[in-house]
Amino acid sequence: MADTQQQLSSRHLLGIKDLSLKDIELIFETADTFKEVLNRPIKKVPSLRDITIANIFFENSTRTKLSFELAQKRLSADVVNFAASSSSVSKGETLIDTVNNILAMKVDMVVMRHPYSGAGVFLSKHINVPIINAGDGAHEHPTQALLDAFSIREKFGEVAGKKVVIVGDILHSRVALSNILCLQKLGAQVMVCGPTTLIPKFIRTLGVQVETNLIKALNWCDVANMLRIQLERQDIKYFPSIREYAMMYGLNKKILDSLDKEIVVMHPGPINRGVEITSDVADSKQSIILNQVENGVAIRMAVLYLLAARK
Amino acid sequence: MQNLTLLSGEKFQITLQRLCHQLIENHNDFSESVILGIQPRGIGLSKRIAKQLQIILPNNKINHGVLDITFYRDDFRRGDYPLIPSATEIDFIVEGKKVILIDDVLWTGRTIRAAMDALQAFGRPEKVELLVLVDRRYSRQFPIEADYIGIKVDSISSQKVVVSWQETDGLDNVILVSEHK
Repeated sequence: MADTQQQLSSRHLLGIKDLSLKDIELIFETADTFKEVLNRPIKKVPSLRDITIANIFFENSTRTKLSFELAQKRLSADVVNFAASSSSVSKGETLIDTVNNILAMKVDMVVMRHPYSGAGVFLSKHINVPIINAGDGAHEHPTQALLDAFSIREKFGEVAGKKVVIVGDILHSRVALSNILCLQKLGAQVMVCGPTTLIPKFIRTLGVQVETNLIKALNWCDVANMLRIQLERQDIKYFPSIREYAMMYGLNKKILDSLDKEIVVMHPGPINRGVEITSDVADSKQSIILNQVENGVAIRMAVLYLLAARK
Repeated sequence: MQNLTLLSGEKFQITLQRLCHQLIENHNDFSESVILGIQPRGIGLSKRIAKQLQIILPNNKINHGVLDITFYRDDFRRGDYPLIPSATEIDFIVEGKKVILIDDVLWTGRTIRAAMDALQAFGRPEKVELLVLVDRRYSRQFPIEADYIGIKVDSISSQKVVVSWQETDGLDNVILVSEHK
């Protein structure tokens, strides 16, 4: 058994920013054991059987919602799901009212996705149960960053010293920010790559390298994390056309094969095949996209378990 | 603090030998039996038992795994800190096998209750037995008894039984620790 007096330093998981290196390592070690649980004939443990969790999604999601729900069910928690589109939110209810009404039904934990940055932080100041941020606007998506780093750790044995390039719509991506913070805490070198219009000006203050040439970036890295262009968050045009973006920043098999070394390709999903990544790359043996999805359940189980257990 | 050595030196080794031979009496060549050490403190004993059985039965394969019971414990959220899990390694089929659960000390029986629950996730064993090095008598909180026992000890709840292993602690012995305030 590891040091028995370990626990997360925070009551909530609102962002990677709040986590220490020790927290991340504790989550990874716990996720290792849950990954083993997920490969058993019976993939369920009774740990959270007296816990009720509300999944509150004010924004669409497939993977994250499914992954959280599976993680909760594998831990034997009771789950209620709430999608804003089919709820009283459209009748004008405020966020705090909505959540307090859900909590009045004796819910012990909240998993929330919201289109506004900082929604989770705001909520944590007004309600009294642990909150897990499942993505807030263009701010953070901590469980995605944890599962990405966990997948890199699984592939290479460690994250420290690895070179990771994040390619695409850095400006609108919560995955990018959480990934940068998480990878840096674990000792990796991070570069961002994309058209200058999609790279925020402040990004260098985080200590990341900036590169606008995809080939140079790919030749530098060990791992390329390809992000989707978030058209739903783009209210103006940031580049002339999707086709031009795909030609400049899309990863195809020809580019992949021309590199000096075999890099690992990641994608947080959903993939726009033919835009940021072509089908033959997404399905190649260098891609660990489906491993990321698999690890997502183990990471979320670890986070839920550690937060539920915390006093 | 006052310590009483319950088992050490040659007597410790003889006790392990006896447990191995008792197992062989009931499990013959171990082709239908598996040994599972309970994490974290039971694996010192289970590794040693598996090793000695292999010496006594050099031509048979002794299946040995370790089982973590953290997620099945009944005191989740009742302590000050989260229960941190250890690894489970079971690379054989438990279904239809005779399973020998191994732990160092049998006290309240709650660990064994959790272990039996945890075992269900790996299939339906034909039979489950329990081997412990130390049985703290008259302190059970569940109707659970061991099939193979190294030594029996009468103790009170403020006392602790500490088992040390050559491999991890540098010495084979069992000590009864009493704390005086």
